[in-house]
Amino acid sequence: MQRFADLLDRLILTPSRNGKLRLMEDYFRAVPDPERGWAVAAITRDLDIRSVKPAMLREMTAERVDAELFALSYDYVGDLGETISLIWPGKRGANYQATLTEVVETLNSMSRTEARGTVATWLDALDPTARWALIKLITGGLRIGVGARLVKQALANFGDRPIQEIEELWHGLAPPYTKLFEWLEGKADKPENAMKAPFRPVMLAHAIEEADKARIDLSENAFEWKWDGIRVQAVAEGGQTRLYSRTGDDISNAFPDLVESMAFDAAIDGELLVYDPSEPPFAVRPFNDLQQRLNRKTVTKRMLTDYPAFIRAYDLLWHDGQDLRGLPFEERRALLERFIETEKPARFDLSPNVVVESWEHLAELRANPPLDAIEGLMLKKLSSVYVPGRPKGEWWKWKRQPFLIDAVLMYAQRGHGKRSSYYSDYTFGCWREDENGEDELVPVGKAYHGFTDEELKKIDRYVRNNTIDRFGPVRSVKASKEEGLVLEVAFEGLARSKRHKSGVSMRFPRISRLRWDKPAAEADRLETLEAMIPE
Amino acid sequence: MIRPDQLLCPSPAGLYCPPGDFYIDPVRPVDRAVITHGHADHARAGHGTVLATPETLAIMAVRYGEEFTARRQSLGYGETTSINGVEVSFAPAGHVLGSAQAITKWKGMTIVCTGDYKRREDPTCPPFEPVPCHVFISEATFGLPVFVHPDTRGEIANLLGSVQRNPDRAHLVGAYALGKAQRIITLLRLMGYDRPIYIHGALQRLCDLYEEHGIDLGELRPATIDAKDGSGKQDFAGQIIIAPPSAIQDKWARRFPDPLPAFASGWMRVRQRAKQRGVELPLIISDHADWTELTDTITEVDPEELWVTHGREEALVRWASLKGLKAKPLSLVGYEDEND
Repeated sequence: MQRFADLLDRLILTPSRNGKLRLMEDYFRAVPDPERGWAVAAITRDLDIRSVKPAMLREMTAERVDAELFALSYDYVGDLGETISLIWPGKRGANYQATLTEVVETLNSMSRTEARGTVATWLDALDPTARWALIKLITGGLRIGVGARLVKQALANFGDRPIQEIEELWHGLAPPYTKLFEWLEGKADKPENAMKAPFRPVMLAHAIEEADKARIDLSENAFEWKWDGIRVQAVAEGGQTRLYSRTGDDISNAFPDLVESMAFDAAIDGELLVYDPSEPPFAVRPFNDLQQRLNRKTVTKRMLTDYPAFIRAYDLLWHDGQDLRGLPFEERRALLERFIETEKPARFDLSPNVVVESWEHLAELRANPPLDAIEGLMLKKLSSVYVPGRPKGEWWKWKRQPFLIDAVLMYAQRGHGKRSSYYSDYTFGCWREDENGEDELVPVGKAYHGFTDEELKKIDRYVRNNTIDRFGPVRSVKASKEEGLVLEVAFEGLARSKRHKSGVSMRFPRISRLRWDKPAAEADRLETLEAMIPE
Repeated sequence: MIRPDQLLCPSPAGLYCPPGDFYIDPVRPVDRAVITHGHADHARAGHGTVLATPETLAIMAVRYGEEFTARRQSLGYGETTSINGVEVSFAPAGHVLGSAQAITKWKGMTIVCTGDYKRREDPTCPPFEPVPCHVFISEATFGLPVFVHPDTRGEIANLLGSVQRNPDRAHLVGAYALGKAQRIITLLRLMGYDRPIYIHGALQRLCDLYEEHGIDLGELRPATIDAKDGSGKQDFAGQIIIAPPSAIQDKWARRFPDPLPAFASGWMRVRQRAKQRGVELPLIISDHADWTELTDTITEVDPEELWVTHGREEALVRWASLKGLKAKPLSLVGYEDEND
C-alpha cells in the first residue's frame, strides 16, 4: 500500500504534466504485476469496490473517536477521507501492511460485514498517507488531478508506443492489465481486442495557417461545416452499443436517448449536438445547451426532453463486419450517405457537404456561417484514409474568427507549478451602470493563457505595483475609469449564465493582446457582450 | 485560597495579572510585560519594562532594534523574581531559542502559562520542563486530533531524499525565520548533511544570533545570484535554500534553477493546504505541540484546571471535559497561528 500511497501523494502535489508522467512511468518500472495494474485501474476509475461505502467508514470512525472531536476536525480539514485518515487512532503493534493487490483482491471477494473488520485491521497498521490512499481507493474518486488520458500517455511512454494503440485496446482490457504490461515490456504480442463495439482512435485536423493555403489544392478536397458540439464515436455491434468521446472515454450513460436508438452494426464518427424539441429535427441548439448534458453521471427525464441529443455523422469507420478505415474519404463518404439513407437511424443525420468555389468563397462562408452552431469549416482530402492522430496535409480546420472584446483587469491570482511565483490567472470586467447610474466594472470572465512569457512578466509587474487588496493568493488591482490595464480578450462564444454576476459566461477565453495604450474608461460595456449572445 | 482569575485574567491587551500589574505577551504596548518568546505576535515593541530570558531579549533587540523597550529585565531559566509581590519564574518551553513558560505564584496559587511549546527534538533550545501547577494555560495551535505530526527526522530524510532524486532542482524550503529555520539547519547537520546551506537575506541576522549563542549551523552562504548576468544560477541545482515562507512564491524564487517549493510547517499535515500554497514537498515539522503532545503534556502536568488559548481551543476543552478535567477557553485575541 505504501508505494501506491506515495505515488498518489506525489501526483497530487506535482503540478507539471511531465512530472506526473515521469512519476507514473517510474512506478510502472519499479512495481510488479498485478499491483501496477490495480494502481492503473484505481487512477482511471476502472476499479469498482462494492463492499465498502463511505458511510461505513464514517461509522467505523465514530466507534473510535468522539463525535464532537470528529465534527470539529472534519470541519477544519474539509475532506472526509483525509479527516478519517488523520484521525484514525492507529494501533500500536499493528504492523501488518496490506499490499494494494491484497486490498483489491480481498475486498472484491468479501461481503460488507466481513469487509468492515478487515478494513479496520488495515487502517490500524497503516500510516496516515497510506490510510488516505486506502480510503480513496475503496471509496472511488481519487481527485488527484490525473485523468485516464494521462495514465494512457504514461503507459504509452513506458512501452514506447503511440497512445492511439493503447486507446484502441483500452475497452477490451480488464484490470490488472497483465497482458497489456507484458506487451509494453516486449515480452508478449499485442493483446487482441476481443470486445464488441470497440473504440477506434480518432483522426484529427490541422488548423489552417496563412502559409498553408499555398499547399492546399481546393479541388482535391471535400468541405463540411465544423459543428460546435463534441466529437464522438457511436459504435454498435451485435446488440452492444457504446458512445465514446474523442479520447475513448465511454460516455454512453450520459446519453441513453441516443444510445437506445442505435439499432445498427456500424461505427460512426460524428458530432454530438442538441436539437430544439419544438422544431422539426434537427434544428441545432448552441453549444451552451449541449453543456447542460455534459459531465453528468445521471440524466433526468426533463433533460432528455428539453435537450435531446443527436449525432451529425461525419464518417463511417466500420460497417457490418467491414473495417472501412483503409478506404479513401470519398468512398467512405458515399457509404455513409447510403448508410444514413437506408438504415435511417433515428437520432442521426448527415453532415451536409458544402460547395466551395474558391478561397474567397471559403473565407466568406467562414465569416458568415448560416447558424450559430457552426464554428468554422472542415477541408478533407478526398483521397485521405482514416488514420489515428493528426496526420499532415490530410484534414484541415478553419475556425471562424474569435469574438474580441476589450476588458479591464480586476483580479489576478498566482498560478501553479512553474508559474507559482507569477500572477498568471486574470479576472477581467466590462462596464455597466449600477443602481445609482454610475459606471461600475463587473467581472465577465477569467483567462490564464494567450500571452507570451515576456507579456506575463509585464502583467505580473503591473499587478504587484498596482495592488489595492489581497485575499490569499488573489490580488485586486486598480481598475477605475482613470486607472487600469485593458486586456483584449478573445473567446469562442458567449452564453447566458445565472451563476455569474454579469449574467454571461465566455467559452474558451484567452488574452489576445495587452492594450497598454487604451484608457480603461474606453473598455467595452456589458451591453456589447449581451448583444453577442445567440438566440 | 484565592481564585485563579484573581492572579491572571484575560484583558483586551492580553493576559493580565492584577496584583502584579503586568501582562504576559501583551498584544499592545503596556507598562510592564512578561514575554515568553521572541515570535512577533508574542513579543512586541514599545513596552515600558520587558521581563524575558536573556535569549529572548537578544532576539527582540535584533528584530526591533536596541530601543525596543524602555527597560529590560533579564531572567534565566530557574531564576525567580518578584513583581509587586507576585513571584515570577521561567521554565524551558522547547519552542525556540529562549522560549519559556511563565510561572506565576501568589498567595499559594500557581499558574503556568506555556506561551508556545513542543515536546520534540530541537537542538537549538532546552526541552520543555513540566511544572506542577494549579492552572495550566496551554496553547492549542494544533489542538485537533487530526494533527499528529510524524517523526521529525523522517521529514528531514524526505527532504534529503528529494535532493538526491532531483539533483537538477533547487530545493527552496520555506521556514519561519525565527526558530524553524535554525532547527531545520541543525537537524540537517545532525543527519549528516555537510554541504553549504544557502539562506535568504532575511534569515542572516537571526542565524548569526543563534551562532553567537553557541548553536553550530555549519557553513551558511547567502542565496544570492548576480542579478545582472544571472551567473552562478546553475550552482544552486540540487542545493538546499532556506527562506521565509512568503519568499517561496515570490519573485525572489525565480532566480533559481527549476525551483522545487518545500514548506516546513505543521499545517502541511493537511494535503489541501499544501496544494493551495503550491508546495510540492510538504515537510510536516512544527515548533508547536501536536495533539498527542498537548494531551500527554496536560496529563503529565495534571493541573486542577486547564485554560486554553490561541488556536483550536474548543477541541482541547472538549477532550478535557471527557477526561473530567475542568477546562475553559481564554479567547485571547491577537495571536497568529499561521506562523509555524
